[in-house]
Amino acid sequence: MADAAVHGHDEHEKLGFFTRWFMSTNHKDIGILYLFTAGAVGFLSVAFTVYMRMELMYPGVQYMCLEGARIFAATAADTCTPNGHLWNVLITGHGILMMFFVVIPALFGGFGNYFMPLQIGAPDMAFPRMNNLSYWLFVAGTSLAIISVFAPGGDGQNGAGVGWVLYPPLSVREGGMAMDLAIFAVHLSGASSILGAINMITTFLNMRAPGMTLFKVPLFSWSIFITAWMILLALPVLAGAITMLLTDRNFGTTFFDPAGGGDPILYQHILWFFGHPEVYIIILPGFGIISHVIATFSRKPVFGYLPMVWAMIAIGGLGFVVWAHHMYTVGLSLRQQSYFMLATMVIAVPTGIKVFSWIATMWQGSVELKAPMLWAFGFLFLFTVGGVTGIVLSQAGIDRAYHETYYVIAHFHYVMSLGAVFALFAGMYFYLPKMSGRMYPEWAAKLHFWMMFIGANVTFFPQHFLGRQGMPRRYIDYPEAFAYWNYVSSLGAFLSFASFILFIGILFYTLRYGKRVLVNNPWNEYADTLEWTLPSPPPEHTFETLPKQEDWDKSHAH
Amino acid sequence: MAHEKNHDYHILTPSIWPFLGAVSGFVMLFGAVLFFKNSGPWLMLAGLAGVLYVMFAWWSEVVHESSIGDHTPVVQIGLRYGFILFIMSEVMFFAAWFWSFFKHALYPGGPTQPEMYNTWPPAGIETFDPWHLPLMNTLILLLSGCAATWAHHALVHGNKRNEIKAGLIIAILLGALFTFFQAFEYSEAPFSFSGNIYGANFFMATGFHGAHVIIGTIFLAICLLRVYRGHFTSEQHVGFEAAAWYWHFVDVVWLFLFFAVYIWGG
Repeated sequence: MADAAVHGHDEHEKLGFFTRWFMSTNHKDIGILYLFTAGAVGFLSVAFTVYMRMELMYPGVQYMCLEGARIFAATAADTCTPNGHLWNVLITGHGILMMFFVVIPALFGGFGNYFMPLQIGAPDMAFPRMNNLSYWLFVAGTSLAIISVFAPGGDGQNGAGVGWVLYPPLSVREGGMAMDLAIFAVHLSGASSILGAINMITTFLNMRAPGMTLFKVPLFSWSIFITAWMILLALPVLAGAITMLLTDRNFGTTFFDPAGGGDPILYQHILWFFGHPEVYIIILPGFGIISHVIATFSRKPVFGYLPMVWAMIAIGGLGFVVWAHHMYTVGLSLRQQSYFMLATMVIAVPTGIKVFSWIATMWQGSVELKAPMLWAFGFLFLFTVGGVTGIVLSQAGIDRAYHETYYVIAHFHYVMSLGAVFALFAGMYFYLPKMSGRMYPEWAAKLHFWMMFIGANVTFFPQHFLGRQGMPRRYIDYPEAFAYWNYVSSLGAFLSFASFILFIGILFYTLRYGKRVLVNNPWNEYADTLEWTLPSPPPEHTFETLPKQEDWDKSHAH
Repeated sequence: MAHEKNHDYHILTPSIWPFLGAVSGFVMLFGAVLFFKNSGPWLMLAGLAGVLYVMFAWWSEVVHESSIGDHTPVVQIGLRYGFILFIMSEVMFFAAWFWSFFKHALYPGGPTQPEMYNTWPPAGIETFDPWHLPLMNTLILLLSGCAATWAHHALVHGNKRNEIKAGLIIAILLGALFTFFQAFEYSEAPFSFSGNIYGANFFMATGFHGAHVIIGTIFLAICLLRVYRGHFTSEQHVGFEAAAWYWHFVDVVWLFLFFAVYIWGG
């Protein structure tokens, strides 16, 4: 493929800055835009949590005062009336931003856009212009979400403080326009994701390289394909639910208001019918990346390709039929609880297939502990911990005790913020040389890993203890009894934040001063998908002559 | 070599429409929030105008690209996939309204709901007789679907322009008639959108369906215009096919609404 590509290098320079980045129809540029924007929003969202952890470091309220939010802790001399609304706005903002505007855009929009077409040998996405619409709708949604934080909201203050799930009646009664802005932000993000999903599915079905039958497609592309289906089928249902919220708020309908015959529990059902697929939407592309990273740095083809694909399909399908395990305490009948409990536990089977296959890939391989592999190890460990606590929580009886406690917080941060984010960083270091044409400094990437790994575990592991002791989530303050582990957890959060800053430094250093990557494939021959046959960075237009089967088909089996 | 593509896929030049479309969408929704808070509809309408203009300009460009041969057979397959997927997402959008409807119709009332809501329809709510206007509207919409199919058939088998035009005109007029009757029905409704769950479900489900009817009618009208301009051939008419699929989707949703909301739930 190289010959078709070498001449493309100077082409980018012909496009003006505005044309290239605002009018793009190029999947690689749009992928980079996604990654960059998601990173910036991620920084904001992480900054929210640092402020929250500062507040939770000691019992009592030291920072979020009604008299004004403080950067330095209030002392006994200062008056500080706790500002619970600010706290609620921050947890809502953190959740909405991370869920809709950071992880999906980065993994699905960013890596999916950049690498799925390359892996299947497609010259671009099926609908390159619509691809850009997805990106800009995501930016428009992000803008609404951020404006929402500063717009007039409930309690005579700014921002919507209702939690990211937007449960009524709270979300219906929250005053001001912040809530409406947040709802429209989610609408826009949903439209963006649905258009993206249509694009990805069509590309996958219609534009695979000659000879690349479905079960020869690399695992990352498969993960994007399955994610796209989940987005396509789950997001519109959410759009319906929040539209009902909107009319309940502004037009006096009573979908969720018992006084008019409505039912707030209905909202929870519809939300989680979307919400549970959503968490797999977040993690599946990560699964794909991890498969490639582990295979490459174990110098072995991935173990059990077909089971890996079918496990992802099974996870995608099962994701749609387990939603009410988020709602054990709303008064479901025993039969419903039993069903949702069993269905949820079944998911452990395909997930187990994936985890064991990754381990089997490493088994007897010559494992090379380069930075992406470290992140993949981190992912495996953290995701498994999160998965195991997930099994614990899936039991309706035990959930009675853990519901709305820090145990839940610890669980879903292990799978999402650590699982998905570690996969994100694994992908970042794995693909940075390909995307930028420059190599990151290995020692710094390893330092980043260890800081984040230790930081994240110190943050979230103690939250299991807090949850077991009965500390409820979503509160600005707590009794003295919970002080010790909260203090530890806050220290971990600061270390994680420091690692994020280090990452930004690594990124800028690599982009400006990193050693140039002059080969197509800086890793080894087990990075054998099509993107590694292209120059680093790839030219503006790739695969102008479609790849031949021997370029990518390394298999002797299936 | 760099400018030469040796494949049949569609590589596009940079375009301003996605950016403008998203900006207009932002303005429209931000304006809508201001409108909800009684600040006047102007910003929202400006955004809406922007969105409509972008749709017009963008799709004009698509039509132009198809006329200069960018839509090779493989690109046409892609466009079909895309549209089918879009319809699937629409189906899931309606799933939310049906979910709410069936929940309240099958399990009406509850410990905290006023007593009138213990039955479905709620006590004191007077519903439409499905065998009058709704039945007629059902027939109108189905007939419209038949006319669209007739036009489709005429297009595929020999591109008989006069039959296509006749079929489309009938389909469009019947679609408009459906909308008119639906609006009439709304004006006669003895229950309101707000304050009660029956009206909320009824107007939300039929209202979103009505919006789809209007969009589908416009879509068919555009196809009619394009027939007059000779855009379609019996081999290449993805736009027409999409309009026809969309129209049948709208039909099917109506059948579900008619049987579930009007007959069973009335």
